[in-house]
Parts: sequence; structure tokens; C-alpha cells
Amino acid sequence: MKKPLIEIKDFCFAYAGEKILDGVSLNVYESEYLSIIGPNGAGKTTLLKCMVRILRGGEGNIRLDGRLLAQYRQKELARLVSYVAQGDSGGVLFTVAEYVLMGRYPYLSPFSTFSAPDRAAAENALELTGTAHLARRRIDTLSGGERQIVFIASAIAQGARIMLLDEPTTFLDPRHESHVLDIIKKVNRKFAITVISVTHDINHAALQSDRIVSLKGGKVMFDGPAGDIMDNRILERIYGKRFNFVKHPENGSLIIVPEVGRS
Amino acid sequence: MSRKNALPVLFASAALAVLAVAPFIGMETIPLDSIIHPQIGDPRAEIFWKIRLPRVILAFCAGAGLSVSGMTFQAIFRNPLATPFTLGVSSGAAFGAAVYLMAGMLIPLLGLSGQSLSSFAGALLAIGVVYGLSRAKKGFSTATMLLAGVAVNFFFSSLILFVQYLSDFANSYRIIRWLMGGIETVGFGSVITVAPFVLIGCAVVFFYTHELNLMSLGEENAISRGVNVKGVKTALFFAVSLMVGGVVAQCGPIGFVGMMCPHICRLLIGPDHNYLTPVTFLFGGMFLTACDMLSRTIIAPAEIPLGVITALLGGPFFLWLLLGGSAERSILK
Repeated sequence: MKKPLIEIKDFCFAYAGEKILDGVSLNVYESEYLSIIGPNGAGKTTLLKCMVRILRGGEGNIRLDGRLLAQYRQKELARLVSYVAQGDSGGVLFTVAEYVLMGRYPYLSPFSTFSAPDRAAAENALELTGTAHLARRRIDTLSGGERQIVFIASAIAQGARIMLLDEPTTFLDPRHESHVLDIIKKVNRKFAITVISVTHDINHAALQSDRIVSLKGGKVMFDGPAGDIMDNRILERIYGKRFNFVKHPENGSLIIVPEVGRS
Repeated sequence: MSRKNALPVLFASAALAVLAVAPFIGMETIPLDSIIHPQIGDPRAEIFWKIRLPRVILAFCAGAGLSVSGMTFQAIFRNPLATPFTLGVSSGAAFGAAVYLMAGMLIPLLGLSGQSLSSFAGALLAIGVVYGLSRAKKGFSTATMLLAGVAVNFFFSSLILFVQYLSDFANSYRIIRWLMGGIETVGFGSVITVAPFVLIGCAVVFFYTHELNLMSLGEENAISRGVNVKGVKTALFFAVSLMVGGVVAQCGPIGFVGMMCPHICRLLIGPDHNYLTPVTFLFGGMFLTACDMLSRTIIAPAEIPLGVITALLGGPFFLWLLLGGSAERSILK
């Protein structure tokens, strides 16, 4: 069996006396696309933040590439894992080019400035995400959708093998939503980057990713192939409600449709 | 040459010009000739070398140090109103110095003046309190932090009053005069006292310009891009305490320089600290040198305390930031 790139074992995390993660065990393999779903407050964001050490501590182990998280220096960790926060509002006064280039920080040595390869990586990330034309614009002049894509571009420029995304499509219009999903898919398929994406969109999780993990109350409730999530016995345990399914017209896989409103 | 590269060069030239011209201007303008060919019995050369020049250099050091400190706080706390002055760090430093003045000791420690060291300790204490408060509660907003800063400010101000009350008449007067803020010096003694604090502090800030950029995006952003936020913050708080402590011990709590200068520079050159830091250093130095020149010429031969001038400029500027919405727009998030 292949060795997992990310190995989380019996991980618990408490914040202000409240247990948010309660014995999470999870393996993620190289170049996998994993979606994490679950109700609000299930601990999804907390799990991502623990993996990039925005939140420190917790009991149990997280191993990345075979090494314990605690053994990484922050710069080393950033070369292995990038993170796109939810509803990020950082850096409004920077230009897009400056912002994306800052993703190269983990490769910077003291007393130096960004090198030619750093600039090339940033330009590639802009190219790949189709935001090269925005390079000279200031972040605060962009629309919410453009901003989110620029934040992802910065994470791509970081050149890490693992990319964590926290609700990357929330707040986006349908066009930007599919653009973002395309970018994530491309990063995963073309560059074999391991993607972990937290989302509330069960349909997109099922259609996009290889595998779905569901958290509830800080525990793993489901862990399996993406298609298997479309089952009311599972979904009812996660969300406490039942869903309607139809067959997708393009590939026949099950998707959720909203219920007709009753009054 | 791009604007980003041109501005630092422009500011460096302007700073040199200010440093070259300022010592000649004052109650009495000193002609260049009297310095190059000093006449025996002419006091003007003496005034130039022993009073004017050290004073100009001291003003430049103080302005540069306070501005770079302000810039650092604005980036860390992501708000143009968050500076060592508004958050009470200056009054912490002033309290440290006042305690020392009250005790009336004049003991140098390790070659540094005791007043600077106790002022530094006061600054560290105030930073500790503000930072501790901002960490104590989750979701501590900037507004709450500024209010906490006001509280810290009041707290230390009353402690200073208390210290002053306890002091004898002579020390009490020394404390009052020093609290007004000013760059009075005879000879290079005080320059040598202040400069190391400012230079070491600025060197630390210059070392962390990339980190300041990332921290101005927010702590989570900085961490996920590989910044050791805890370590960098500790180093920067230490650097700011050094600068504020060093300057305040000698020149008193000079207000608002640390807020105005970096903000103006940010509007001029943008948020990139690789450029912003040198420009702020130069602009802050020039600004305070110019203010000091005003303070000793407007009602010469009397002097307006420097702190009065900067506060008279800074108060309206602060209100303009608050009311003009410029604070909202330029909050660094």
C-alpha cells in the first residue's frame, strides 16, 4: 500500500475549553482530491488551520510526508502546504502581481529579494489562473470573484505539493464558481497537487473530488469514494435531513436537487 | 526609473539637503563662511558645532525612529491609527523615564544611560499590556484595541502624574519640561545616547520588511506563507520598544510623528515595506527636523516645545484620517 502524504491520527483540538476536533484519523494520499463536508461548526476549518499551524497544539499526531508537523520550520511547512483562507480580505493596497509574488516568501533567504525563478513562478500562476491581465490592478479594485482567484494564484505560486482550500467557492457567482473549480481541478490533475477542499456544496464535492470525508461534532462520520455520499442513510446522519436526488444529464451520477418550497 | 525606485532616491537627496541646511537656520542664520573660516572670538562656529548640528542630527534620529516604529505597528495591527503613541507605548516609555527622573539617579548602565533603559522597560511593559489584551479575547477588534490603547495611555499618564506628585520641586519641573517633548542638546552626548537605540531598532525592522508585508495581510496569511509570526512579532516589538524608549527618554513623548509620517509615505509609495521602510525612515527624520526648526524660529528667541508643534499638526491630521474615511480605505486589510 502507498504511503500516505498526510497522516492524521487520533487528533483532538480544543479551543477555549471546547472540544472542536475529537479523535480525527485521516490519511490522504499523493495527488488525491479530497473534499471535506459537514455541518457548520463540525471542525472543518479548524482541521485545515491545524495542518498549516495557524492553530497550534492539540493532541494526537499529524504527519506530513512522513514527518511530524511539529518538526517543520514554518518556511519548510509553507513549501509543502499552501492554504487559501475563507473570505480572505488581505492586502487591499497591494497590486495583484505584488500579492501573488508574496506567495514565494518561503523560498526567500535573509537579506535577499525575490529571484527570477520566483517571478517566473508568480507569472505562471497568473497565467494558469487567467489573471495575468489583472497583474497591475490593486486588490481593492477587484470583484469578489477576481479576488478569490488571485488568492488561489498566490497559493499556486507558493509551489507546494499540498493545497488546502477553505470554502473556495462560497460568495462567488456561477461563472466565477466554475472558473475556480476548473482551476482547482487543473492544479490537481495537471500538477498532481494534493487538494483538500472544505465545502458546503455536496454536489460539487461529489462531482469534482476523488474522495469525501465528512466531519460532524469533531468526528469523522464518513470517509469514502465521492460517489458514495449520495445516499440518504449517510446524509441524514451528517445533516439531520433527507435530500432529493436526480441523475445528472451529462454522466448519470446522482446529484442533489433542492426541494420545492412548502408553506 | 519607476516611481517606486525614484522616490527613495528623491527622499534620500531631500534628507541630505535638509540635514545640510537645517543647522544654519535658527534664531540667527549662520553664514557658511563662518564655519569654513572660523574667526577667533566668533561664537557662531561654536554654536554650529556644539548646538545646532547635534540638535539637527538628534531630531532626525528621533523622527526616523518614531516613524519607523509607527509604520511597524500599523503593519502588525493592520490599522493606520495603531501606533506606539496611540496605543500608550510612548506613555509607558515616558513613565519609565519619569520614574528614573524622580529617583534623580544618573547612573549609566553598560554605557547606556539609565534613563533610556528605564524608558525602554516602560515601553516594553506597555506593549506587553496592549498585546496581552489583544490576545486575551478571541475576535478582539481593532476598535477595541484602540480603546484598550487609550486606557493604557490614561493609566500610564496618571502614573506619571503620580510620580511627578511624589517628586521634589526641581525634579517635578524637569519632568514637566521633558514631557512637553523637545530636542534640546548641547554637544553630541545625547545623539550618542539615542542613535544606537534608533539604529538597532531600525536595523531589525529593515531585516523584516518581507515579513511586514505578509503580516499586513493578516496573521493567518503570514503563517500559511511561512512566516514565523510569533518570533517576528517578538523581535519587532522589541525593536519598537528600543526605538520608542530611546527617543522618549531623551526627547519626551513626541506625539503623532509615528502616525502621520508612515501614513503619508504609504499614500505616496504604496504598501510594500521594502520601499516603504527606507522612505518612512527618511521622511520621518526630515519631518521632525523641520518641525524642530519651526519650534526654534517661530517665536525666537523663545522656543515652542516640539511636542506642542507635532501635536498641533497631528491632532487635525488624526481627525482627518478618522472623518475623511481615509482610515477605512487604507486600513491594511
